[in-house]
Amino acid sequence: MKTYDAIVVGAGHNGLTNAAFLAKAGLDVVCVEKNDYIGGAAVSRNLYKDWWYSNCSYVCSLLRPEIYRALELHRHGLQITPYGGSVQFMENGDYYGSYQDDEVAYREMARFSRHDADAYKRYSADTMRQCRFIRDFLLSTAPDPTSFRPKDLMELARIGGKFMEMGEDRMYDTIRFWTMSVAEYLDEYFETDVIKAAMSGSGIIGTALGIHSPGTAYVLLHHYMGEVDGNVGSWGFARGGMGSVSNAIASAFQAAGGELRTEAGVDQIIVTNGKASGVALENGDEIHANVVVSAMDVKRTFLKCVNKADLPPQFHQRVENFKIRGSSGKVNIALDSLPTFPALPKGSTLYHSDMHFIDSMERMERAYDDWKDGRWSEDPYIDMLIPTLNDPTMAPPGKHFMSCFIQYCPHKIEGRDWTSAEKDAFGQTVINQIANYSPDFKDLILHAEIRTPQDIEAEIGITEGNIFHGELTMDQLLFNRPIPGYAQYRSPVKGLYMCGSSTHPGGGVMAAPGANAAREILSDLKRPNTVPENFGDD
Amino acid sequence: MSKQAPVHQGRLKTPFYSRLEKLDFVNEWHQWKGYSSADSLYCSDTEYFAIRNATAVFDLTPMTKYRISGPDALDYLNRLVTRDMAKIKPGRVAYAVWCDDQGQVIDDGTIFHLHEGEYRLCSQERHFAWLKAAAIGFDVSITHETDDIAALAVQGPTSFSTLSNMGLDGLADLKPFGLTHVDFQGSELMISRTGFTGDLGYELWIDPDKAEALWDALFEAGKLYGIRAIGTDALELSRIEAGFLAAYMEFLPADETVRTGRSRSPLELGLEWLVDFKKPNFNGRRALAEEKRKGSTWRLVKLDIEGNKTAHHSYIFGQQKTSKPAIGFITSAAWSPVCKQNIALGTVRAPHGMPGDTVWVEIYYQREMHWNRQMARATVVDKPFWFPPRRGATPPGRF
Repeated sequence: MKTYDAIVVGAGHNGLTNAAFLAKAGLDVVCVEKNDYIGGAAVSRNLYKDWWYSNCSYVCSLLRPEIYRALELHRHGLQITPYGGSVQFMENGDYYGSYQDDEVAYREMARFSRHDADAYKRYSADTMRQCRFIRDFLLSTAPDPTSFRPKDLMELARIGGKFMEMGEDRMYDTIRFWTMSVAEYLDEYFETDVIKAAMSGSGIIGTALGIHSPGTAYVLLHHYMGEVDGNVGSWGFARGGMGSVSNAIASAFQAAGGELRTEAGVDQIIVTNGKASGVALENGDEIHANVVVSAMDVKRTFLKCVNKADLPPQFHQRVENFKIRGSSGKVNIALDSLPTFPALPKGSTLYHSDMHFIDSMERMERAYDDWKDGRWSEDPYIDMLIPTLNDPTMAPPGKHFMSCFIQYCPHKIEGRDWTSAEKDAFGQTVINQIANYSPDFKDLILHAEIRTPQDIEAEIGITEGNIFHGELTMDQLLFNRPIPGYAQYRSPVKGLYMCGSSTHPGGGVMAAPGANAAREILSDLKRPNTVPENFGDD
Repeated sequence: MSKQAPVHQGRLKTPFYSRLEKLDFVNEWHQWKGYSSADSLYCSDTEYFAIRNATAVFDLTPMTKYRISGPDALDYLNRLVTRDMAKIKPGRVAYAVWCDDQGQVIDDGTIFHLHEGEYRLCSQERHFAWLKAAAIGFDVSITHETDDIAALAVQGPTSFSTLSNMGLDGLADLKPFGLTHVDFQGSELMISRTGFTGDLGYELWIDPDKAEALWDALFEAGKLYGIRAIGTDALELSRIEAGFLAAYMEFLPADETVRTGRSRSPLELGLEWLVDFKKPNFNGRRALAEEKRKGSTWRLVKLDIEGNKTAHHSYIFGQQKTSKPAIGFITSAAWSPVCKQNIALGTVRAPHGMPGDTVWVEIYYQREMHWNRQMARATVVDKPFWFPPRRGATPPGRF
């Protein structure tokens, strides 16, 4: 029977990226996927007539441009078009818009507070400083601070150098920033509730924390550190939906000679004499390889797919305690035509932006309270977009696709499974909140897909449906991600590697974990490195 | 709440727009703090000579303006800026800089002592959040009034004649950095002998409702004195000749810099004369005192460069033509038509750049598609390139 050089488990964007870089190095690689489609949570799904839903991830910014370029993703059909702005609908009938034009954005902010409008530049500079600090480490392996290996020492020295370079005051700021809450961070700049509410969303998306929870300022950064064409902080749409990202990477992988196998869910990772030697599929087939790379989250990998007897108990315990909590859901909607939002002027550019329906910090935090009680938020934070205003390929002409990301939505309802009635009620909560600001919205709905964390886990396989494969808190970042001592993509089992978002630098459609893991694997196999270096930014 | 009208989505028009539009032949505009501002209206070369030869009129309405008043206004300003504001009596104007706690320049600007205890602060950038933060502990009121005042710069050797011909009294005695209030068609017109051109000149400040009437009266009065409206290209050239600093050119506002070491202190900008260490307390004092003791990292230089190739974006090298690495770079450069000199402002690492020093400037210039490189010798000068006697003469001459 054939023995591959490597098996990559899971054809999400990280698994595919990892597989592509391994294949480019000349390895014989097979990527196995449990579903009958590839992409994991970066997919475009045809679930209703001629509509294509980005039914999990829905916008793109974090995808590392170095990877885009190295894999020549443009040749494989990927196109990212930037969009911008956001709007916060207010209960009093007003709205707060964030515009792409700096002066219009200023004017709008000054409508609420001139203080805040003027403070925005300092906020931007301070946040950008943190972005520059972290961006430099995205495409490199986090150094182990306890190690004396030259590679780790050099990387630690590099981080230390960049840190010292900031100067005394900014070093203090940086340490505070990495541990404080997004609410506290925003309070240092702004006085207007709706403006803070608008900005705080980025601090909680994908996390089971509230805006007042320590560590959420970093999550805000995680949403700012991406780019589109060098514009740091910009977000864009993948033409054709997020599946275009996965499809392009898969195409690059196949062009490099890689093999894709769908409907090939892994039951067990086979460990022979303490070394990974292949996978046993759910259908009973076995595939053998010298290296197994798991793009699944760390919990699914080690608690479900590896025999416990092959793992050190302390490692196993830490995996069990890894925080990966379902906190968000999605509602994907096919619309007969564009809904109107009467608060906005006709033809407003804000129709193209992220829409939100929470206008205060109090409501943001209350939404989290419901989650803690094991329920979905009655007054949820929704990040809503209509990508078809920019992308003509996702719905028939004149029709629209609406993507709603919802927080908070628990993995279990008060500790038990969701009922279908509850799932419908959750969807209705979302639809009602939007309908409060768009009277014709409900009548335009042709089809809606409602996805709870439980649904996402069942279909995609991510534990609790957590979009980041684990919380982005300091105890689970950098050399702590996913498990201290195992932050360099290797596991306690020889030949078994991790390359999913549970590893550094974390979640989002970034592809950096997959690429970083490939670099480490190729180094272990003494193969030439195919993974690009950070573009750098002095 | 009733439906909110959207904020204006395009560029704003100043109260003088209707008049500028009529004098505009080239349709070259840019955005200045949200307003449309002309690069040039006819021909920037000709416009420039209106500044140096006749009367040039520039619409400076978009300049950021704040009103500062209240019982503690003086004490507040004295903590805010580095110079001693107690010396600036009512009717006087002060050029000033203000710093953050690290002694780095947030911005420079002019402070007009309008009436006893009442001030106007004008700056390039917007600072309401900082001005408010710095007001802690003071009984002071700060209001943003950019859009409430229309302002014109009236600059050039015949500017005094033009304004006198308008029937405005009291200008003969107005010294540089003085201000006066006169009546204009029932409204208060504030006139200050200030400007950004380094020449004889005035700035006029009035209620926006009277802006067009003021413009019309001014242009009527200036007809025989060569009055001409100008855009920012001409102004920029005169600004460099005068050796004045511009935000985002010679320095970045400290609160907007991302990279450490990219901001500048007043000492590094040649503004030590604005820093009064005799004041017991002002923002940045401790850091600046420390810098004075230890020495600064950077120094602003004015350069007189040989030849006639403008040194845009050039690196500056040390005393020998072959000295490496670069000691700094050019921040503003121009061929000065009035001085017939190749001039520039730059920033170099101290202790380089003492007046009289020779440095070398690496100039790239393009001729018919092809690029050429020249190492040009430059001398550090300590005086403005252009400082005509008429700028300081009181009473000013007729032309």
